[in-house]
Amino acid sequence: MKDNKKVVLNVESLSISFGGLKAVSDFDIKIYKNEVYGLIGPNGAGKTTIFNLLTGVYRPDSGEILLDGENIVGKDCVQINKIGIARTFQNIRLFGKLSVLDNVKVAMHESYKYNILEGIFRLPNYYKKEKDMDEEAIKLLKVFGIDDLADVISTNLPYGKQRKLEIARALATKPKLLLLDEPAAGMNENETKELMNTILKVRDEFDMTILLIEHDMKLIKGICERITVLNFGSVLASGNLDDVLNNEEVIKAYLGA
Amino acid sequence: MNRLYNKKFIDKSITFLMIIFLYVIITLFDKNVSSLLRGLLVQFCVYSIMAVSLNLVVGISGELSLGHVGFMCIGAFVSAGFTTYMRSVLNVESIFIFIISIFLGAFVTAVFGFIVGIPVLRLKGDYLAIVTLAFGEIIKNILNAIYLGFDSKGVHVSLKNELQLGLESDGYTLIKGPLGITSIPHYSNFLIGVILLLIVIFIIYNIIDQRTGRAIMALRDNRIAGESIGLNVTKYKLIAFTISSAFAGVAGVLYAHNYNNLAATGAKFGYNMSIMVLVFVVLGGMGNIRGSIISAVILTLLPEALRSLQDYRMLMYAVVLIAVMIFTNAPAAINFRKNLKFGKGKLKDER
Repeated sequence: MKDNKKVVLNVESLSISFGGLKAVSDFDIKIYKNEVYGLIGPNGAGKTTIFNLLTGVYRPDSGEILLDGENIVGKDCVQINKIGIARTFQNIRLFGKLSVLDNVKVAMHESYKYNILEGIFRLPNYYKKEKDMDEEAIKLLKVFGIDDLADVISTNLPYGKQRKLEIARALATKPKLLLLDEPAAGMNENETKELMNTILKVRDEFDMTILLIEHDMKLIKGICERITVLNFGSVLASGNLDDVLNNEEVIKAYLGA
Repeated sequence: MNRLYNKKFIDKSITFLMIIFLYVIITLFDKNVSSLLRGLLVQFCVYSIMAVSLNLVVGISGELSLGHVGFMCIGAFVSAGFTTYMRSVLNVESIFIFIISIFLGAFVTAVFGFIVGIPVLRLKGDYLAIVTLAFGEIIKNILNAIYLGFDSKGVHVSLKNELQLGLESDGYTLIKGPLGITSIPHYSNFLIGVILLLIVIFIIYNIIDQRTGRAIMALRDNRIAGESIGLNVTKYKLIAFTISSAFAGVAGVLYAHNYNNLAATGAKFGYNMSIMVLVFVVLGGMGNIRGSIISAVILTLLPEALRSLQDYRMLMYAVVLIAVMIFTNAPAAINFRKNLKFGKGKLKDER
């Protein structure tokens, strides 16, 4: 059905073990352009490890990760971000002492360049680039409805808005693929609903491909078309949402009868 | 958003105006200024520059450096060697020589900062503190032992004594071991100090408030998140550290040309002085440029002002230090001050 669509991420037989413990073994995934893909599984199944493998925090023992056809195995975090994967973290990691605006602007450092001397002596290029950066950052913050908080120090934001800012910051690096690690963790029902709308809005407005880890089945059912269930580091089931959720093994291992 | 820019602009302006105001006051009332204070004026500038530059590493970049005075020492010796050579051998003495020596001191120190920084800043953790601590002591000890002289055949270096240099009759010994460099031309004065301080602050403010500075502060706040958005950790930490050491070199240049003789004694360039400068930074507030200057001036003045207490001097010094620490950093004290000033905006509880 999806064969006519472009594959953004193609992972084949990815494995890593930490001192004899197989954290992830033979993990495969294929994500198409403009898709919201869910990765679920019990605690300790290896979901975050997969994110760390995709973003270059860990180097896989074996397997291939192709982003837009380019093999990114062996590259470090910085290089992989430049190639086009951005992520958020399970426990929010903002630049706490910087303002909301600066949190986004620092993520744009690759797209708006001027050298340090132009900045020190405030040459025209500095003002031009800073102005462009401000405009784009505000535009981005508007999508998340936090543009009026631009000058607030990011630690002082309420929890839900910190989550949004983290997604905005990841998007500011202009990725091809966005990884969200438990975006709804610690949110109440209303906040989760709002988050679901935000994620869909991000997909449509930025033409983004999204892979997310989540425990909240409501969110998964609400926005994911296809999901993969992970158990003890290997794929238990994957495919269309309904098929997977009705799979007996999945019900036994994760959902519960 | 404009609010943010106005706030930053006002904050910077206050710092500049504060320094200029102090300068004007002291110059206007020159006759009433005590000789004690007059002798300290250049030192205020020297230690303000030291504090501000160390703040770039400790406060802005979030790394601990315990050998900042080592860089000051290099700047002092390189520049004083240059100006003294120019005067004694070539008979040139002008303010341009001094300006060249400032750039020379800053450049050589920056090179040292870069070399020290490369291996250390690739590591995570407190390695920078350990290495800089050792570096500061090594520099001090080497400069205490080195003899360096010139003659028609070129440069002679010895680590034993002056005779070992084997200079010809036209030779000239520049660095005389523990005696250091003698008869240095006296270029430094309060005006030059203030101008250098203003330039250094201007540059540091403009580094903080730009692409590079944002990246440096982002990596301080969260290294992992910084890497995830494509910031090169080593590069930005190294930039901060190199610039910081260059400014320490400038402070050294100013310091050296305030005295006739320059020797790498423990009291002036030892470990204790590095800790002193760190105290300036911590007391003034991490990342707070104006705070660094204020605390550098006050803590340079305090031991001299307390001289009448004789034996109890350092005791009082410690008590004042602790009191100020509590007043500036304890949450209760911060709330108290905020209530005093605005009657609102209490400190929020940390999550």
